[in-house]
Amino acid sequence: MAATAAMGFPQHLSSFNDLVPEWTSREVSTGTTIMAVEFDGGVVMGADSRTTTGAYIANRVTDKLTPIHDQIFCCRSGSAADTQAIADAVTYQLGFHSIELDEPPLVQTAANLFKDMCYRYREELMAGIIVAGWDKRRGGQVYTVPVGGMLTRQPVSVGGSGSSYIYGYVDSNYRTGMSKEECLRFAAGALSLAMERDGSSGGVVRLAVISEQGVERQVILGNQLPKFSTL
Amino acid sequence: MALCTGANQTEPLSQHHDLVPDWTAHEVRTGTTIMAVEFDGGVVMGADSRTTTGAYIANRVTDKLTPIHDRIFCCRSGSAADTQAIADVVAYQLDLHSIVMNEPPQVKTAANLFRRFCYRYREELMAGIIVAGWDKRGGGQVFTVPIGGMLVRQPVAVGGSGSSYIYGFVDENFKPGMSKEECIRFTGKALALAMERDGSSGGVARLAAITEAGLERSVILGNQLPTFSSS
Repeated sequence: MAATAAMGFPQHLSSFNDLVPEWTSREVSTGTTIMAVEFDGGVVMGADSRTTTGAYIANRVTDKLTPIHDQIFCCRSGSAADTQAIADAVTYQLGFHSIELDEPPLVQTAANLFKDMCYRYREELMAGIIVAGWDKRRGGQVYTVPVGGMLTRQPVSVGGSGSSYIYGYVDSNYRTGMSKEECLRFAAGALSLAMERDGSSGGVVRLAVISEQGVERQVILGNQLPKFSTL
Repeated sequence: MALCTGANQTEPLSQHHDLVPDWTAHEVRTGTTIMAVEFDGGVVMGADSRTTTGAYIANRVTDKLTPIHDRIFCCRSGSAADTQAIADVVAYQLDLHSIVMNEPPQVKTAANLFRRFCYRYREELMAGIIVAGWDKRGGGQVFTVPIGGMLVRQPVAVGGSGSSYIYGFVDENFKPGMSKEECIRFTGKALALAMERDGSSGGVARLAAITEAGLERSVILGNQLPTFSSS
């Protein structure tokens, strides 16, 4: 292939060629660990910050907590391109709907817009999304739209490749009626444990608290993460 | 196929035929969650009790904690046939070695016999084994021999399909220097969490505590397992 006509532009080299790294032929994926928890008065959302193309970390400080509206966010996992495209489309649709309604949109509406798109195009998409936020009618809510396009509301939801490792932690530590601070510690602990075990998750922990007052974002850097006596 | 001459009555039917259930075409596997923990003076081992052929539960009260010698047991995961065959071979080899040496065998000897077998035949086998026990020289020891035939000693080891879900829980809750009772509670809880999430794990939780004094086996029935308020 390297011997084809010497025009000015770069030739498309085979992916097996040593001149071209393997990761250039891999799709960009947010390997990821994401989660969201409801508390009385709002939600806490969290995500890691690693985006991978194969084994290469394309972005080690990714922001996977994406605003859809003033008090509605989504956590993205799966194909980075698909989830960005879906989030953009839903943001537009929700913004338009909110103007028509002349009031802030419901979290359930945003979740249904995600579900409509993820289900309709389920054969082409690879997207696992958690939608969470606060609205006046129902307070803090978490909805999960996993790969395939199902929609369900849950008090706590985890997603992404790293989520498998923390089901046991979440099942044993979650209680109804936790305060905002307890939810933050719970989420930070869960994400740290998953990032420790999942190769596709890592970097920093990004947290967001959404309530009637608005959105508070924070970052926990790698060296400030809670430590567990791992082996 | 139905029209062949009547001489040969036992013509094998195609898997796609409705007369033959789907599970007859699947290999028997111990889907499983297995675990072992060291403490000062011995080890605690635990396993679920589900054996599956496809979606059918062939045995719901399986004993996956197999004696290899008086104070050495192994937990089996993967192909039921492979692990039973390997355990039989290793038990024989260890027995002979123990007679030749005229003393009880060491846990690391048993672990190495497993490793030798699992590594040599790694292309043909599907076996993930945890070897644990007590000996005079090293006290309580846990060795893990995952698929592929690596051997490594760990204070805590988990294995099987259900283990993914409890890495976070184990990382958070294991502390060096736990007592035997704490280890038993820790193992029981971890197994319960995994059995709740993994479809290939379930039934009862079998536990075994091995010390210098001997062996104590116990069973936690399904309705006595700890429950967790999850979504």
